Amino acid sequence: MNKVVAGADVAIQDIPSGATIMLGGFGLCGIPENCIAAMVKKGINNLTCISNNAGVDDFGIGLLLQNKQVKKMISSYVGENAEFERQLLSGELEVELIPQGTLATRCMASGYGMPAVYLLAGVGTEVAEGKEVREFNGKNYLLEHAFDSDFAIVKAWKGDTLGNLVFKDTARNFNPMMAMAGKITIAEVEELVQPGELDPNYIHVPGIYVHRIFQGTNYEKRIEQRTVRKR
Amino acid sequence: MGLNKEQIAARIAKELKNGYYVNLGIGIPTLVANYIPEGVNVILQSENGLLGMGPFPFEGEEDPDLINAGKQTITTLPGSVFFDSAMSFGMIRAGKVDLTVLGAMEVAENGDIANWKIPNKMVKGMGGAMDLVAAAKNIIVAMQHTNPKGESKLLPRCTLPLTGVGCVKKIVSDLGVFDVTADGFVCIEHAPGVTIDEIKAKTAGKLTIAADVKEMTV
Repeated sequence: MNKVVAGADVAIQDIPSGATIMLGGFGLCGIPENCIAAMVKKGINNLTCISNNAGVDDFGIGLLLQNKQVKKMISSYVGENAEFERQLLSGELEVELIPQGTLATRCMASGYGMPAVYLLAGVGTEVAEGKEVREFNGKNYLLEHAFDSDFAIVKAWKGDTLGNLVFKDTARNFNPMMAMAGKITIAEVEELVQPGELDPNYIHVPGIYVHRIFQGTNYEKRIEQRTVRKR
Repeated sequence: MGLNKEQIAARIAKELKNGYYVNLGIGIPTLVANYIPEGVNVILQSENGLLGMGPFPFEGEEDPDLINAGKQTITTLPGSVFFDSAMSFGMIRAGKVDLTVLGAMEVAENGDIANWKIPNKMVKGMGGAMDLVAAAKNIIVAMQHTNPKGESKLLPRCTLPLTGVGCVKKIVSDLGVFDVTADGFVCIEHAPGVTIDEIKAKTAGKLTIAADVKEMTV
């Protein structure tokens, strides 16, 4: 078994316009830079993107937004992306904002084969509109459905040719549960190794969830808020 | 003259207790970490997937893979642990985080909070705030008492879309410290140089002044 593909262009070549795609990362941390660049180059559009953020104006998913390739974003935080906020307020872009934990858990539910879960976040707010409410132990919960995503694209630190993945630091974030949730999961890694080189005790995502893997190149790893202290 | 942001953060830090797991939101709440009292050991949770958040890195040691929920570069501490977003919100949802400190645009006298959206004007998104306020055992809001137009942000009811319902327990504003009770806001401390009359004038929601109200030590 070998899941290795030549690179980002090959990994994403069958993603059609109109697809629903999960993209790992938190802000610009742990984002699949190579695959995003390949999708920008390929020009597929009408995409529905499930991702916690949408990058910044000129990096990450922001590049897809700038290019008007995204029809709908499903995210928890618009934050520091002026173009995202502009397209949202003008109605050019369809946006579903959902609580961050709900986003993570709807991915997780998908990877664990659970059709839906009851969650507390958003009860009594506009997030609850149209959702089934059920009481457990005197508290109200919302029924939240697992995501149904055609593709998941994640970024890992290391991976082997069988698709086993290891993440680094807080670049882990949404990547593991998105890797587990895609019908087709594509992983780009900083270092691709042979089976046996990763300690089986310390693998974060088992390769059974991963369909394609490649070693990425030229990672920019842009920092959004560079904060330091003096020596 | 009320408190500045640093003083608000310093006052909130006095609420930290030994052994607490604490989640600090973006803005003034982040500053709370700079004022943790001597002898009080707390572990900071960053909802993007870290327990045991350390200080900012020394110049030149920033790591793009190591950030907090405000996307700032940070460091780890001995005993730190990384996890994914599902587990992060799992521990939040399960009530393992003892205290959440966050900012707000509005707080209502019943503890409702609004902090993520101004319809047709500004949308930041709720990020993890809805999950945190729905589940945290104790929620303290750090905020300016009034908006830039001088209007009270402590209201009878929130006018903006809600983040959470009946969840805020305490507010530290530039003017004072307020418990949020079944009977509305209760002023328990006023900032130095701020009169009770000023607090009354700038609080639109139901306000009681505690019998033993005192001047805050800053």
